[in-house]
Amino acid sequence: MVNTSVTLCGLPMDNPIIPASGTFGFGYEFADWYDINLLGTFSFKGTTREPRYGNPTPRIAETASGMLNSVGLQNPGVHAVIAEELPRLKKVFHKPVMANVSGFSEEDYVYTCQLLDKEPQVGWLEVNISCPNVHNGGMSFGTLPESAMAITKAVKAVTTKPVIMKLSPNVTDIASIAKACEEGGADGISLINTLMGMRLDLKKRKPLLANVTGGMSGPAVFPVALRMVWQVYNAVSIPIVGLGGVSSAEDVIEMMLAGATAVQVGAANLVDPYACKTILEDLPRVMEQLKIDSLSEIIGGAH
Amino acid sequence: MKKSIFTLRSQNEIAPRTFELVLNGDTDDLDKPGQFVNIRIQGYYLRRPISVCNVTPGRLTLIYKVVGSGTEVLSRMTVGDELELLTGLGNGYDLTAAGDCPLLIGGGAGVPPMYLLARKLAEAGKRLTVILGFNTAAEVFYEDKFKALGAKVLITTVDGSAGIKGFVTNAMEGLDYSYFYTCGPGPMLKAVYDSSATEGQFSFEERMGCGFGACVGCTCETKYGNKRICRDGPVLVKEEIKW
Repeated sequence: MVNTSVTLCGLPMDNPIIPASGTFGFGYEFADWYDINLLGTFSFKGTTREPRYGNPTPRIAETASGMLNSVGLQNPGVHAVIAEELPRLKKVFHKPVMANVSGFSEEDYVYTCQLLDKEPQVGWLEVNISCPNVHNGGMSFGTLPESAMAITKAVKAVTTKPVIMKLSPNVTDIASIAKACEEGGADGISLINTLMGMRLDLKKRKPLLANVTGGMSGPAVFPVALRMVWQVYNAVSIPIVGLGGVSSAEDVIEMMLAGATAVQVGAANLVDPYACKTILEDLPRVMEQLKIDSLSEIIGGAH
Repeated sequence: MKKSIFTLRSQNEIAPRTFELVLNGDTDDLDKPGQFVNIRIQGYYLRRPISVCNVTPGRLTLIYKVVGSGTEVLSRMTVGDELELLTGLGNGYDLTAAGDCPLLIGGGAGVPPMYLLARKLAEAGKRLTVILGFNTAAEVFYEDKFKALGAKVLITTVDGSAGIKGFVTNAMEGLDYSYFYTCGPGPMLKAVYDSSATEGQFSFEERMGCGFGACVGCTCETKYGNKRICRDGPVLVKEEIKW
């Protein structure tokens, strides 16, 4: 019997598999396909202070071995998440959940994190300072070490649960941003959010996405994500959640060897609702093939 | 909702670049007209959502138009090839609202889902009128199939080369109907909305990520809040639509 358990920022998990925010809704959509309690946890849909409709459609475009999205943080707002989504989730998911939070100002982040921190179902706060699809916020906080640190400090000051800062790959030096978050008191780092990209409609000679640009995800971004996890592992001593194009049990192990303590699976859930379940089923076999007894022992093992 | 493997039984080009694809597989989740399947195509990351044209136990018929390289690959698949489908997606049409003499309006790629709907309504003893809109005579398909169900069929073509010259709304003028169901391109749906005399249901199209409600890529605003075309739709009722 192989051991798939890991500990993320002090909280034990049966396995390191976490569906990524924005690809798993508030969980219950996937409970129609399989028992989501199989998962380590999942990161719920990015939640903001106020309800958000998001961007106009089309919001989705295909790329070679991946996709672009410009959803733009559509969510019902933190009050509805607490009043409606979390009680609904409670019926189908019985583990601590990762609460993904976005904002447009330091006050927004503080307000939303403070409320979600009090929810018993929430195990970790994942603070998204890297959404490429909203203007005047989102990614702008995650592209400068100073603002990344400021948000981290502000959130840490009002919360008790582990705070994981979710970083953007659209920066020149990912390690400096991660270090700033660590200095600000972050308990962990997750990366990468999507890479900014775009496609054109050749017949209309116009951008395919109504928002013009979108965030790229899927297997095409995996090597970029892996490289950044590697660099951040060298730069910080707090745990890393690796994500970006992960689609198989082998990808999970590769991410962990590069330095990830846990691994998120994003776009793969959208093309195959069973993606995470399949990864979990494959994991013990792949571990045995690679002579891995315990996943927690391989974290950063390639360094 | 189910994920399963279907086997290609036949594929025919029934109009220029329009293919009728018949698949064998598990159809248990596919009894509602207006639902769709999401097909994985080798070499393409996102699935292709295609509405159900007809279904009998173990056999699924889809009609699609080649609009890009993904559907081009699909059109070259041959008998015995396997396809992985997500089935039972979308809410589908509500048949209980039909009344005695419903009107069905399909335009172009919106014609196929009208067939299963017409079949079910015909089986329920309804007197059907069906309007099928195309650009030109060469594009017309399934006219005889709808007639075989006992429906009164009106064809419209933009260039007048078959049936009534003009749009589906030209054929709607003066018709007496208890309710209507429609599927077609956005501008057609809006025109139907404006010219319709009764309540009705509209099936919408949008670029989708997942097709089952997870990514909220296909959200639209309705009078009752945000809805996902893939999960809360694709069918919306007339009174909730915001254009």
